[in-house]
Amino acid sequence: MTTLGVLWFVLVGVLLAGYALFDGFDLGLGTLYPFLAKNDEDKQVVRSSIGPVWDGNEVWLLTGGGALFAAFPAVYATVFSGFYLALMLVLFALIFRAVSFEFYAHDKEWRRVWDWAFFLGSALPALLFGVAAGNIVRGVPLDAMGEFTGNFFTLLNPYALVLGVLGLVMFMWQGAAWLSVKSEGELYDRAVKTRSLMAWAFVVLVLLATVVTFLLVPRAASLILAGPVGWAFLALLLISMAWGRFVHGGKDLHSWYAASLAPLALVGLWAVSIFPRLVPAINDDALSLDIANSASSQLTLTVMAIIAAIGVPLVLFYIFLVYRIFAGKVRLGDEGY
Amino acid sequence: MDAVVLAKLQFAFTVAYHFLFVPLSIGVGLVVVLFERRFYKSGKPEDQAASELWIKIFAATFAIGVATGITMEFAFGTNWATYSRFVGDIFGAPLAAEGLFAFFLESTFLGVLLFGRGKVSKKFYYVSTWLVWLGSMLSALWIIIANSWMQTPAGYKVVETAIGPKAEMTNFFAAALNPSTMPRYLHTVNSLLITGGFVAAAIGAYYLRKGIFKDFGRTAISIGLTIAAIFSVLMIGSGHYQAVAVVDNQPTKLAAMEGHWDKGPVPIGVVGWVDVANKRTISIEIPGVTSFLASGSFKTPYPGLNDFKAEDLPPIQITYQTYHLMILIFGALLLVSVGGWLLNRKGKIEKTPWMLTLLMWMWVLPELGIQVGWATAEVGRQPWIVYPPAPAFDPAMGLRTADAISKVVPAWQILTTLSIFVLIYALLFVGWVRVVSGLIKKGPVLPADKDNKAVPAAAKA
Repeated sequence: MTTLGVLWFVLVGVLLAGYALFDGFDLGLGTLYPFLAKNDEDKQVVRSSIGPVWDGNEVWLLTGGGALFAAFPAVYATVFSGFYLALMLVLFALIFRAVSFEFYAHDKEWRRVWDWAFFLGSALPALLFGVAAGNIVRGVPLDAMGEFTGNFFTLLNPYALVLGVLGLVMFMWQGAAWLSVKSEGELYDRAVKTRSLMAWAFVVLVLLATVVTFLLVPRAASLILAGPVGWAFLALLLISMAWGRFVHGGKDLHSWYAASLAPLALVGLWAVSIFPRLVPAINDDALSLDIANSASSQLTLTVMAIIAAIGVPLVLFYIFLVYRIFAGKVRLGDEGY
Repeated sequence: MDAVVLAKLQFAFTVAYHFLFVPLSIGVGLVVVLFERRFYKSGKPEDQAASELWIKIFAATFAIGVATGITMEFAFGTNWATYSRFVGDIFGAPLAAEGLFAFFLESTFLGVLLFGRGKVSKKFYYVSTWLVWLGSMLSALWIIIANSWMQTPAGYKVVETAIGPKAEMTNFFAAALNPSTMPRYLHTVNSLLITGGFVAAAIGAYYLRKGIFKDFGRTAISIGLTIAAIFSVLMIGSGHYQAVAVVDNQPTKLAAMEGHWDKGPVPIGVVGWVDVANKRTISIEIPGVTSFLASGSFKTPYPGLNDFKAEDLPPIQITYQTYHLMILIFGALLLVSVGGWLLNRKGKIEKTPWMLTLLMWMWVLPELGIQVGWATAEVGRQPWIVYPPAPAFDPAMGLRTADAISKVVPAWQILTTLSIFVLIYALLFVGWVRVVSGLIKKGPVLPADKDNKAVPAAAKA
């Protein structure tokens, strides 16, 4: 295990955290969409609130996937082929979602089709990402060649499902908070109510996840409690929940910031709970895919580090720019959907 | 059917479908830039309306490109896990770089184009069209780097690991700028831009034929034919450059492209049929021309199909026919783009209805040309997924397609997902046709006809 290997473990984590933060809120909002948007105008506000950013948000996933492929090819290969049907389901959902914005906007007769595409395309990934993460924490059966030996139903275990629901609720919390920043009137009232409900639900699910982690995956619990990094992410999670519940005092933007800390904390805890493994083997820890046996060559990791050093500041600049340009409430009659 | 065949079918179907929309978005991206430039210079509302129509068409097409592009990014891991383990040390980096350098750029500034007209300055908006197009051109570069490495790999060694052999990078620049990267990049983007030009001309021709939105139609035809003519002429150079890269690095592909059986000078065929059973090729051909183009001499001998083991040869007929169809299509594109451009320059195109009708449908040909060209490139690379590099052609430095699939994914699962892909992609195609034809029928909408008040800066939080 080398320094560069650890650096890339962290960087892949950062990209996935970025994905959970940024695409998290728009997946969550897509899940809430049929429940919060009561009429065409509401729908337009919800869609327009994420319209300029959802595509960029999804790029975090593509970049994270690319980085995983480049830095830990064996992990990318094992997870993507092992979780075949589950990932294909996510993929089909994301395909529908990606076209649903433009197709909805320009095809009045087929609006119901693209409405459903937007909802299911958001809700399914929002649930399944947590299920996937839960399976990684728990570990999956691997053979000596690092190949997954389970099947689709291996992935549907109670622990992974709890983490799936935890992720889904977190994304909905982020989404409701985002909508509270962007909307006005009755839609705004519903967003605030949902935000509060989801924040409570998130607290309950965090407690449940903590209990099941101690009971079912003691390795994860002990790794988190073993060092300062785990404690720091636990503290971040507490800050997120406390700030989200009590301190924001009607400042909508702050409620979104608070909710946005949750995915950072959870992805951090997730990484600490498996480190230095990337895919723990549930049958025999010696078969786990870890930094030492899965990382690319030193040259590749170095080249990638240079690419990241140039690319990441650019990305942060774009994000700063686009969120500044489109700050504030959505006003219908502007450009867009 | 076995898993290898199904995995190949799935990749071929999803990537060919994806690539129907790549030319439409990268090619139309340049059209968007040029139309927005007109508005930026003139400030006229009708120029704004024209540019906005293009942006809408672009966005609907881009969306389906994004959607079907995610499939490709997943596919290496889901269906080609052994390949991913073999090449990850090299192949993953361009995919990650594509995300960082291209996708973020494209998506951010596309957001500005779709929602930012009233929120940013005219100059910022105009620059955004350039950045979206630049992002898409960069995305093509990283993908061509990755794909070219499969064709003409360089800058690596093969090492044995506990989970099988893997290619390990020894020189980044040699790997990224491998022998076919530049020729293939230029050849590819060239074809995309030709398509964009013909799409612009097609919509223009449709309006002129119908007698509606005639100003828009004239501009679209001018811009479209100019792009198509310029890049068709440039294609002579980039196509040649690409062909030389094949000749130098992929002898089996070259032999299959020309149905060249015995070692000797290679002709250029116009049309023909490869009689694979009797190992001969019946064709109308000009002797020695391929040799001449590649080496400067009509007499330079190149190895023929008989010089290789059958297990190292690609499907010959498909490679031959797709290649020759591509060349014939190119001839038609060159003729129509330059002829159309001259006719338009003389101001006669509106009085030549057959030309307008031809232009309405002509855009299908560059699309078809790109499809068959890619088929030549990818089918001709078989049976290798990573072609052993020249001049040694050491099989241990390459990887066979049959050895590259995901071992843990059973055939029935690939068949299931392939069927779902066919259904979903068919639905998307119908949806896309409805949206784009709806946009074209509606035509450019003047800003005065919609509520389009600029939002004051104070609205920002």
